[in-house]
Amino acid sequence: MAHSYTPGLTVTDSTVIRRRRILPLPGTVLVNVGDRVRSNQPVARAELPGKVYPLNLANQLGVAPDEIKDYLIKKEGDAVQKDEILAENKPLIKWFKTEIRSPVTGKVESVSTVTGQVLLREPPRVLELLGYVDGAVVEIHPQQGVTIECLCSLVQGIFGIGGETYGELVMAVAAPDEALTPDQVKPDMKGKIVVGGSFLPADTMVKAKEVGVAGLVVGGIHDKDLRALLGYDLGVAITGSEQVGFTLILTEGFGTIPMAQKTFALLSAHAESKASISGATQIRAGVIRPEIIIPQTETQAGTITQPQRSGIRMGDLVRIIRDPLFGKIGEVSALPSDLTKIPTESEVRVLEVRFPDGQVAVIPRTNIEVIEG
Amino acid sequence: MISASSGPPKVDHSLNVIVATDCGSTTTKAILIEKIGDEYRQTYRGEAPTTVEAPFEDVTRGVLNAIAEIEELSGRKILDGDKIITPCRDAKTGVDMYISTSSAGGGLQMMVTGVVQNMTGESAQRAALGAGAIVIDVLASNDGRLPHEKIERIRTMRPDMILMSGGTDGGAVTHVVEMAEYIAAAEPRPRFGATYKLPLIYAGNKDAQPQVKKILGEKSALVVTENIRPVLEKENLAPARHKIHDLFLEHVMQQAPGYRKLIEMAGAPIMPTPAAVGVIMETIAKREHLNLIGVDIGGATTDVFSVFEGVFNRTVSANLGMSYSISNVLAETGLANIMRWVPFTIDEQTLRNRIKNKMIRPTTIPQTLDELQIEHAISREALRLALIHHKSLATGLKGVQQERTISDVFEQQTSGKTLIDMLKLDLIVGSGGILSHAPRRIQSMVMMVDAYEPLGFTRLSVDSIFMMPHLGVLSTIDEKAATDVFVRDCMVYLGTCVAPIGQGKDGERSADYEIVFPDGRTVTDQLKFGDLRLYPLELGKKATVTMQPAKAINLGAGAGGTVTREVQGGAVGLILDGRGRPLQLPADQQARIAALTKWFSAVGLYPNESR
Repeated sequence: MAHSYTPGLTVTDSTVIRRRRILPLPGTVLVNVGDRVRSNQPVARAELPGKVYPLNLANQLGVAPDEIKDYLIKKEGDAVQKDEILAENKPLIKWFKTEIRSPVTGKVESVSTVTGQVLLREPPRVLELLGYVDGAVVEIHPQQGVTIECLCSLVQGIFGIGGETYGELVMAVAAPDEALTPDQVKPDMKGKIVVGGSFLPADTMVKAKEVGVAGLVVGGIHDKDLRALLGYDLGVAITGSEQVGFTLILTEGFGTIPMAQKTFALLSAHAESKASISGATQIRAGVIRPEIIIPQTETQAGTITQPQRSGIRMGDLVRIIRDPLFGKIGEVSALPSDLTKIPTESEVRVLEVRFPDGQVAVIPRTNIEVIEG
Repeated sequence: MISASSGPPKVDHSLNVIVATDCGSTTTKAILIEKIGDEYRQTYRGEAPTTVEAPFEDVTRGVLNAIAEIEELSGRKILDGDKIITPCRDAKTGVDMYISTSSAGGGLQMMVTGVVQNMTGESAQRAALGAGAIVIDVLASNDGRLPHEKIERIRTMRPDMILMSGGTDGGAVTHVVEMAEYIAAAEPRPRFGATYKLPLIYAGNKDAQPQVKKILGEKSALVVTENIRPVLEKENLAPARHKIHDLFLEHVMQQAPGYRKLIEMAGAPIMPTPAAVGVIMETIAKREHLNLIGVDIGGATTDVFSVFEGVFNRTVSANLGMSYSISNVLAETGLANIMRWVPFTIDEQTLRNRIKNKMIRPTTIPQTLDELQIEHAISREALRLALIHHKSLATGLKGVQQERTISDVFEQQTSGKTLIDMLKLDLIVGSGGILSHAPRRIQSMVMMVDAYEPLGFTRLSVDSIFMMPHLGVLSTIDEKAATDVFVRDCMVYLGTCVAPIGQGKDGERSADYEIVFPDGRTVTDQLKFGDLRLYPLELGKKATVTMQPAKAINLGAGAGGTVTREVQGGAVGLILDGRGRPLQLPADQQARIAALTKWFSAVGLYPNESR
């Protein structure tokens, strides 16, 4: 095989990333190329068309659809206020008069003489797109948005929920194999991004919500606690729009799994720094992984490393991502090229991993990921 | 450039070497087909990650990588930089044609509308599904949603295409025009590209065409075609399906990253993967005059195809799959339904965490036997749920008046009955990673038997290494090449399952049987309830089976009726399934584990290693 592709997660102290910030529909870009922007600064703005309310006037007035124009007080394009009269009939006896009032404030978008329907549209809502990361604008996409470049430390998680947020990074545990208990979440962590260790129990989630933390970064959680948090069983890993009170990022997976030493050390080194995080996850080709971005200034930055996606090499640090050794981290110690029969009787390509305690295990190549960066 | 029509292209040179790819949601799979002597054979296979999205954003990169792997394995030079060398220059250089299917980037996602949900709404759904689309929503005038909810829904969805239907020709136009007004108000935007108009096919009441053109002509790339339900009693899906294919090539594919290049590289129109698999399934059924059910269980979706009495149907269960969607199988079926197929105990928390870990790391494979057994348990449920979904859509037309006679007085049969009749089913064809790559072929066979519960006599087969999409598109160009490869390299016949209908207590008589093997050897025995038996019967060999069922048990000749049938062998052989139909597993956990262990070891399902 020419390529041995194993997707990995990036954990790097110094890199340059670019983030495209694109409006959901055409609008106005508010910044220029070269501008320095902050994470909470609007970089583009659009007007989301208001909600549409259909009203069947023909039915309500009891007339034929092609007659409704005769009864309309407001015409196409006219502005209307809530409860203002849209249409009325003119009976001989006043008692039989019917007035149709507008259920919303907005304008009359269209009148149909085929269906007898009038469409009312509420005023547009302004949508501001924020910068998300501190950095420099390197490209403008006219009417659509910008690309921002940022020198930063980057940690990619494996799974997250909740959208983009910002805050100061704070370490709540002393070691990567320590679970995050409720008493470790303190009131002064409000609005901050709290880093735990191996596990986030359900009662800590409750405490975090009470305190009002902006984000939680931990090794693992139990699926049943995630279900309780969301209120439903997550079927497909497409996330980012959940609103559970905070953004949650898992660095390792489901279960109690110590955070990789490298990740924990990097986050510890940047405690009290400002970070931007996003829980958005989409597990498909060209995945979107949750991320923790800690912007740096030129003077802070160490050697910039751009993660290279290449084949696995001897000595690479890898994480095992399937039972029975799920979550263990070791070094690649052999890369046999022949197919090997594993206990399921499948014949697959394998590699050998040496753990820090000197033990060695043979693992299918698809069941490891390289810790990149 | 290839014209974006549905018809096959003209080939002006002989086809001796063909390279075909399928760009899946995760991997791009390439196969090489060569003419050896008088027949075509699949010779080499390559695979590479699909590259639709960042950082590559060009689907052809993955295609070239997969072909490069074939080059390396076969020693044939196929690529010249970023170009495929066509036609062949000599015995070791180039190929005569390159063809491809694609479901990358989430496949073709459509929204369909109708007036009455279970009439024109369902017809529109069948038209879209048959064309290889994933239907993300069905809107109808009577779907229970308020008008503003419908508009909000259209706004938030980002389909690749919309199919509008509704009304019979000459009927009332109001409802279909109303739906057009909702769509216009919602101003739907396509999934890829912010700058082009959303393709919209109108296939409803022809009298409403002028109004629909007026309302939507400016706001969408509108195409008008024949009504899919011209009269209540007739469905006319072909014109709408052809338009879907054309628009898929003209609009949707042009927007996806790198597809313009892919279309130029290919010697035939790119087909959506499920449409290509559908072509193959339909061809097998028609050629052999069979009633069949085909399934392609992937990582994200499970496609089910059926041909009964010549009527083809296809459904996609968009969120039933073995990797991306594995967690959704658990959410839909519940833990108990998965656990009933697992021959050991495992605590709920561990199992839930393991399933979620597979969802977030979808490319991992089971490394231990118990992990494999858990995946096989989940696949049974995914297959079962997808078939239930299929049965609900593969129906006769609803809302059609039926002529009733006095003999029908006591039979409360409504229109729109499912076409799937398991007793009339001749063949089950399985495809997709979990079935094609199961370490033992018997595992694929038992998974399908457990999930589908075939009745009476049913033959089963699997796609050897997942090449049905490739052969589907090839069959539109060269029927012989596709058939040769299909028969010799793709289809692996597993054998036949014989399952009496009815239930009884364990150990009671289900049927007496006699099997006459091709070498004249005869086996006479009794099949008891709770038995699962396997008799080896090689591929190409036939045995004669006579089943004499107990009084209340049916094998196709009515209760207690004796049946003699010739059965076909295969990689597995002949399975006699005395577990009863419908299949009921013991409720008690220990009894269930004991029963599963007994069945699994009776047919040699897994290695004998103790856990």
